Amino acid sequence: MPKNRSKINFKNVRDLPPMVMSLRSMAANPTGSWRNLRPVIAYKDCIQCMICWKFCPDAAIDIVDDRPVINLDFCKGCGICAEECPKKCIEMVKEGK
Amino acid sequence: MKKVVMGNHALSHGAQLARVQVIAAYPITPQTQVVELLSEIVANGKLKAEFIKVESEHSAMAACIGAASAGARTFTATSSQGLALMHELLHWSAAARLPIVMANINRAMAPPWSIWTDQNDSLSQRDTGWMQFYCQSNQEVLDTLIMAYKISEKVLIPSMIVLDAFSLSHTYEIVDIPDQELVDRYLPPFDYQYRLNVDDPHTFGGLTTPDWYMEFRYKMHHAVNDALPLIRQEGIEFGKLFGRAYDTVDPYRVNDAEIVLVTSGTAASTARYAVDQLRRKGKKIGNLRMRVFRPFPFADVRRYLKKAKKVIVIDRNISYGYHGIFAQEVKSALYGHSDVPVYAFIAGLGGRDIFPETIGRIVTKVEKSKKPTRDIYWVEVKE
Repeated sequence: MPKNRSKINFKNVRDLPPMVMSLRSMAANPTGSWRNLRPVIAYKDCIQCMICWKFCPDAAIDIVDDRPVINLDFCKGCGICAEECPKKCIEMVKEGK
Repeated sequence: MKKVVMGNHALSHGAQLARVQVIAAYPITPQTQVVELLSEIVANGKLKAEFIKVESEHSAMAACIGAASAGARTFTATSSQGLALMHELLHWSAAARLPIVMANINRAMAPPWSIWTDQNDSLSQRDTGWMQFYCQSNQEVLDTLIMAYKISEKVLIPSMIVLDAFSLSHTYEIVDIPDQELVDRYLPPFDYQYRLNVDDPHTFGGLTTPDWYMEFRYKMHHAVNDALPLIRQEGIEFGKLFGRAYDTVDPYRVNDAEIVLVTSGTAASTARYAVDQLRRKGKKIGNLRMRVFRPFPFADVRRYLKKAKKVIVIDRNISYGYHGIFAQEVKSALYGHSDVPVYAFIAGLGGRDIFPETIGRIVTKVEKSKKPTRDIYWVEVKE
């Protein structure tokens, strides 16, 4: 199966794997543009419990220097982090504002 | 080692010998003993496997899908309503090309509530992409389970081992339980090329546009079809190692037969007994047992039926508004190849016994008839 190519052109069924699968990690497929609400963390109130990191269904929160950082290339704005945050220091703000 | 075991436990022993790595199951009569014994085998450390207790059959199949995706050899067992609840995930497991093996103990669908055998549960799953093997003895159940892993893992299509409630599941028979060392020689460990791997991540089952969806279906159809010669080849291979060979169909005294019965499951054993009785009366009769339902062995069915003068299909199932499901497939196989009339009989629904005398009466009726006058003949219904 061809790999590590930005654009893959299959010719016929013989090129396909038996089941449908991405050719690469989905890290190559940014989905942040689907978002219309953006989580914004108020770091002054953040206690670094990492509950947001644990709950993010898309693994779109990275831990950088012991702090949660939203990866906006992949965050779809579902708001689960804001809902679960025990300190309520994640605010969902409208994109474009 | 020869042991006297019930059909359900033949499955448990078979799964143990196949060294399954993950078992996920939810109890349902008449299947429960299959996984009950397996849970003991796992708890006693005789089989290194994860036994996952789940909250429904839907979840049992989902757990098998997850485990198989990670490259594990998986097993589950169910019946009737449980199989129906799995339906969505039967499509998923087959199209995701996961070689899961499952036992389904044929139990009639409710209502009316029933725990006894008929085939409408498994045959309702005809178009999910699962292979289906119908067994007639406890020995065949154990052997087919082991063969199914080899076949499924080669073509990446799941297999369903099907056996009749009570008349097989709870019936004790002598079963030769093969040595582990011999089974290991026949069945290598499952090495799954497409397993989930954190070092080489892929997403599975994603959105596919009309440009390519059909090609995946084309591939899947060919994989199921490719299993047919493989089933035959593995049946011979198994015979060489274990002394018991298997084929897609099981013909009995059909060579010079003018009337051929087509049967499946335990009704086939009864039909063979009836054939012997009728042969003693000088009647030229034979039986063709359907062992594999999907992939459907069209060529074999034609080979054994086209010389007959009359074909009788006894279906322990019904496609409402049509007739028996095996009868439908047999007619389809013969269409354009032979003009032999096919008589479609429905018998034994909801576990009603099919006796040798039942089959005798069916044969007498057909002998007197020149051609089928009805699309469907109901056997011993209180009309």
